[in-house]
Amino acid sequence: MKKQRYIIGYLLFLIGGVMVSSAGYASAKAETMQKPAAAIPATTANTKKAKSNSTADHSKFKELDKNFNSGPEVTKACLTCHTEAAKQVHATKHWTWEFINPATKRKLGKKNVINNFCTSTKTNETFCSACHVGYGWKDDKFDFTEEAAVDCLACHDTTKSYKKIPGLSGHPNYKKMEWPPHSGKFRPATDLKKIAQNVGQTSRDTCGGCHFYGGGGDAVKHGDLDSSLKQPGKYLDVHMDAKGLNFSCGKCHLSDSHEVSGSRYAPTSIDKKGAIMRGKAGERNPTTCVACHDNAPHKEYAKLNDHTDKIACQTCHIPEFARGPRETKMTWDWSTAGKLDEKGHPIKINSSSGAVAYDSKKGDFTYDRVVIPEYKWFNGEVKFTLFGDKVDGSDIVKINDMMGGPDDPNALIWPFKVFRGKQPYDVGNQTLAVFHTAGKDEAAFWGNFDWEKSMKAGMASTGVEYSGKMAFVETEMSWPITHMVAPKEDALTCAQCHKENGRLSKVAGIYQPGTNSTPILDMLGSIVAWLTLLGVIIHGGIRVIQSRKGA
Amino acid sequence: MERIYIFKRFERFWHWSQALLIMFMLLSGFEVHGSFTLFGFENAVAYHTISAWMIITLWIFAVFWTFTTGEWKQYIPSMEKVDAMIKYYITGIFTNAPHPFKQTRLSKHNPLQKLAYIFVLVVINPIIWFSGWAYLFYNDLAVVGLQGLPLEWIAYVHVIGAYMMLVFFIAHVYLGTAGHTPTSHIKAMITGWEETD
Ligand code: HEM
Repeated sequence: MKKQRYIIGYLLFLIGGVMVSSAGYASAKAETMQKPAAAIPATTANTKKAKSNSTADHSKFKELDKNFNSGPEVTKACLTCHTEAAKQVHATKHWTWEFINPATKRKLGKKNVINNFCTSTKTNETFCSACHVGYGWKDDKFDFTEEAAVDCLACHDTTKSYKKIPGLSGHPNYKKMEWPPHSGKFRPATDLKKIAQNVGQTSRDTCGGCHFYGGGGDAVKHGDLDSSLKQPGKYLDVHMDAKGLNFSCGKCHLSDSHEVSGSRYAPTSIDKKGAIMRGKAGERNPTTCVACHDNAPHKEYAKLNDHTDKIACQTCHIPEFARGPRETKMTWDWSTAGKLDEKGHPIKINSSSGAVAYDSKKGDFTYDRVVIPEYKWFNGEVKFTLFGDKVDGSDIVKINDMMGGPDDPNALIWPFKVFRGKQPYDVGNQTLAVFHTAGKDEAAFWGNFDWEKSMKAGMASTGVEYSGKMAFVETEMSWPITHMVAPKEDALTCAQCHKENGRLSKVAGIYQPGTNSTPILDMLGSIVAWLTLLGVIIHGGIRVIQSRKGA
Repeated sequence: MERIYIFKRFERFWHWSQALLIMFMLLSGFEVHGSFTLFGFENAVAYHTISAWMIITLWIFAVFWTFTTGEWKQYIPSMEKVDAMIKYYITGIFTNAPHPFKQTRLSKHNPLQKLAYIFVLVVINPIIWFSGWAYLFYNDLAVVGLQGLPLEWIAYVHVIGAYMMLVFFIAHVYLGTAGHTPTSHIKAMITGWEETD
């Protein structure tokens, strides 16, 4: 019948409408679902030296055409042309290891903060200063005004042969030396002339030389920074992808007068002002995602832009941290440190994955890879528990507490690596302890394994006398996750949050459809709906019975 | 038996399209809500949004049609014979009593129907529409001065509307069988011709 054809016609039209529009959506999605390429091995990546774009070839400068005996000698040569460079570096936190917390005006920086990894740099400078942009910092008498003490090469080496050795107070080895200690392997003397003649811009190798090894080893500290970022594949880091965008660190961490942008002491949690036009940065942080991508970057699925008022980009786009081959350290328990074997020698025990699970010098560790972050509101303010702040062992100490909550207009939900540990505190003085670890002296814990001596020496360096009683307290540090950004096809999918017990289920103050978060309404609604259905069934049932009777 | 032509072609098209869309929106909407998994959350959101736009388009046409044809008069509510209708549904319908309402070209909905439809029109639909729009354009609410309206409230209102629509849908489908014969209304909505006594 003609009429029926019409009916079927428009049914098809209707269904077709939905199908066509959703098929477009599905195919756009399928396109992005290709399997991620695994991290490419370093050997196949472009390891050969990139052609420099610099207008200066340092190998042609007579100032550099000589055999340098030490780092400071090289620096003096650099300063003959780069007259202001050392003064600039002197003003940076890479040099001062000091930073004033804008939220609390208290002094932070490596010089002042006690963390829950190797804890503090005080009294351990000969070792820690391997990651200081200077030469010669071995105790509190270091001269921070000395221009020749600035280490240019740590950041500007391009030969990958410059390495500052822990224990040498910020110097590389000028003579052949065994490294790592007792390994039977030897490092040749550092060829300062070759390095000086090949200086260039900073690179993933130079920044990574320290920042990939924070906390005392590769991948230990941050969880989103490790040596796999030297030549990463696209899957590991969409920006640094060695065969793709191949960003250096400095591409995002723009620097000016040697001050590098980006900070973990005062991170930018939110920037509502959108992408930064060239020349218009002002005081804004150029390192954020928004600085390039703007606040409404999702063109294909505009609904995703509705998330940017509550959720940091990193929360979806870095679905896990330590996504590379390296394990990151998750816990560190100092309270078990100091166990020795029957001969009185320190021991190391490896985990099944080959990582050090116990080290007499440091205690017990655990590690993990491809870790789901913990999610918290964060407004960019960080409160630290510093030396002298009351610690009495009753609570878990939040060494850096992330401020912000759902009602704070400057807070977004961020992913964090939360690093948990147990570390010494001075019971009498009720403070996190500064204790002496590295060095060749009597008191160094890593030589003598004597807590009392180590505590005494460490605390003395702060001007506070050790009370004579120490214990271990549980501590937590939060590390905002922001590197290792995944390609978009590997970002979180909607349903990883929009389901019961989804990723953000523990975060207060957000409404997420799909999480069954309106139980009372659902109960009432379904009761009414079921009653209606029941009524209809009873009513219909009676009609059926009655009509049978009538028939 | 008498047959009268009640539903014009556009009306039937409108009715069935709306029926399909509303069923689809109930399915996709309650999946978005988290009541069950069918298409997958991401698809459910996409389908729900697409069908929202489709039903909006359909509505614009329907409103236009209703006013240009004068059919809007069909929806003017009145309390006349409402009691008779209620009585009929409670008793008469079981005893094969005559239907208290006689459909004509000019009056095609019975008084209870009119009330139900006007309820849908002025209560359920506005609830769903306005909250739906707010949901859709949640981050641009400042444009209409509603910045800071929590998503939670918008969602609550929308879900309340959705449950009301669900209840209406169940009752409506059933009452579709309560014509002169169980299928007469349904046939009428398909062919346009209603059988009356
Ligand atoms: C019969 C009609 C409709 C029903 C039964 C319905 C039902 C629902 C339900 C149950 C939800 C889940 C809400 C939550 O859990 O938070 C939802 C979400 C939503 N609805 Fe509707 N809805 C209808 C029509 C509409 C219309 C007309 C619009 C737009 C004008 C709309 C826009 C939305 C939006 C934007 C969402 C949020 C999820 C998304 O982005 O798709 N809905 N709907």
